[in-house]
Amino acid sequence: METPLIELKNITFKYSSEETKNALSNVSLNIYPGEWVALIGHNGSGKSTLAKTINGLIMPNEGEIFVKGEKVTEKTLWDVRKMIGMVFQNPDNQFVGSTVEDDVAFGLENQGVPREDMVNRVKDALEKVRMSDFAVKEPARLSGGQKQRVAIAGVIALRPDVIILDEATSMLDPQGRQEVIETIRKIKEDSNLTVISITHDIDEAAHANRVLVMREGEIIQEGTPATIFSRGEELIELGLDVPFPEKLKAALNERGIDVPATYLTEEGMVDWLWTSGLNK
Amino acid sequence: MMNKLILGRYIPGDSFVHNLDPRSKLVASFYFIGIIFLCNNFLSFGVMFAFTLFAIFLSKISLKFFIKGVKPLIWLILFTVILQVLFSQGGEVYFKWGIFTISEFGVQNGAYIFIRFVLIIFMSTLLTLTTPPLSLADAIEYLLRPLKVVKFPAHEISLMLSIALRFVPTLMDETEKIMNAQRARGVDFGEGNLMQKMKAIVPLLIPLFVSSFNRAEDLAIAMEARGYQGGDGRTKYRVLHWQGKDTMVVITFALLTALLVFVRS
Repeated sequence: METPLIELKNITFKYSSEETKNALSNVSLNIYPGEWVALIGHNGSGKSTLAKTINGLIMPNEGEIFVKGEKVTEKTLWDVRKMIGMVFQNPDNQFVGSTVEDDVAFGLENQGVPREDMVNRVKDALEKVRMSDFAVKEPARLSGGQKQRVAIAGVIALRPDVIILDEATSMLDPQGRQEVIETIRKIKEDSNLTVISITHDIDEAAHANRVLVMREGEIIQEGTPATIFSRGEELIELGLDVPFPEKLKAALNERGIDVPATYLTEEGMVDWLWTSGLNK
Repeated sequence: MMNKLILGRYIPGDSFVHNLDPRSKLVASFYFIGIIFLCNNFLSFGVMFAFTLFAIFLSKISLKFFIKGVKPLIWLILFTVILQVLFSQGGEVYFKWGIFTISEFGVQNGAYIFIRFVLIIFMSTLLTLTTPPLSLADAIEYLLRPLKVVKFPAHEISLMLSIALRFVPTLMDETEKIMNAQRARGVDFGEGNLMQKMKAIVPLLIPLFVSSFNRAEDLAIAMEARGYQGGDGRTKYRVLHWQGKDTMVVITFALLTALLVFVRS
């Protein structure tokens, strides 16, 4: 087995000592290099809290986190943050710079990257997210999807090992969402990035190698998207959506048509549908 | 509302004044305001006036914009001028009624003050019309840097300034949105007497404040996640270039000062 890039050991976290419920309770998790992991779960299930513990924005009450074998502590915090980039939910509230290129450069400035190097890396990162034409535009003139792509550029300019998308597509329209996921997918392919995406969006989760389902601060299920999505009814009970083929499957089952229980992608569903007619 | 306000707006362009270093422009504007008080006769004001018009000509921006810049302040200017005219004494008296006197000196002083005001507004409008707010923030940071010796937080001030500037349009949009949302719920803005008007502002102000707090928190977390640890050890993406023309501006101002000292009485 590979050595994990990120190791979480029995993480427990409470926002304040008065609260009776743990935001995270006894979470253990390994993430391997090059993986795309999706964290799903209803609101308040602890997904975002988990993401924030990974790069030390939140220190867990109990348990340990290792990133590349290094324990996350007050001392190693900033080194860990260099390895992990985060894109947050609200595109407006994470835009620090006054123009697109300033925003992309912000992280590099913080690391003290020399200016000549910085100029190249900013250009490069903007090209990767296809925002080069907007380099000198102000955030007020960009759409939500464009702002999120700039946020991604700001993260990849830092050349992290891991990128965490903390509901990065939840405030976007379907088109913007598609653009952002597509951008991430391409960058991941090019540079063997590890992606942790926290999401309500089932299509985004379908891109993952592994899906983790969280409920009340615990990871209750883990598996490939296919195995997780085939538990259609259970997901709905957890307050999550199921992919369209699963909905179709449920509707067909209701009408007495037997559809195979295994998870089918849209193409798989189409294939099954047109071949099933031939069997009759 | 903000569209009418010319003060603090930037008009993109490519002219001699546009391409100057923001530091030289900022310092020159302040210096200009300083030396305008050297003027004490019509000849010296004439020199300054000609200089200002020449600067405006170099910026390739229509004079209309500058006149628009004066408009919101015209009542204040006229009020001051009228006070000067009515209450200054000395020289030949043209008119006298009770405590009001219109005298030679009064009229002269009034005219001086009028020109002074207009020139100061023209010059500061020229600065803001030709310099993007961001460059101004950069210039302010640079000029404040020597104050670090006395522990003045120059980096923090300039960071706050640039974040504030970046959030102005975002907050304006949000204000508009909240206003419309409250209107949809039946709040009348700008109706009724003063008390009612002030009360109507509350459902606008409180959500705006609360959302600003949330924004600040999100922004702080996002900044930290991107490795922001304060001003030390940071490099800068934006750099200011001092060019030959900036030195030229400095020399021009030195000559202008010399000329002023020569022509003033």
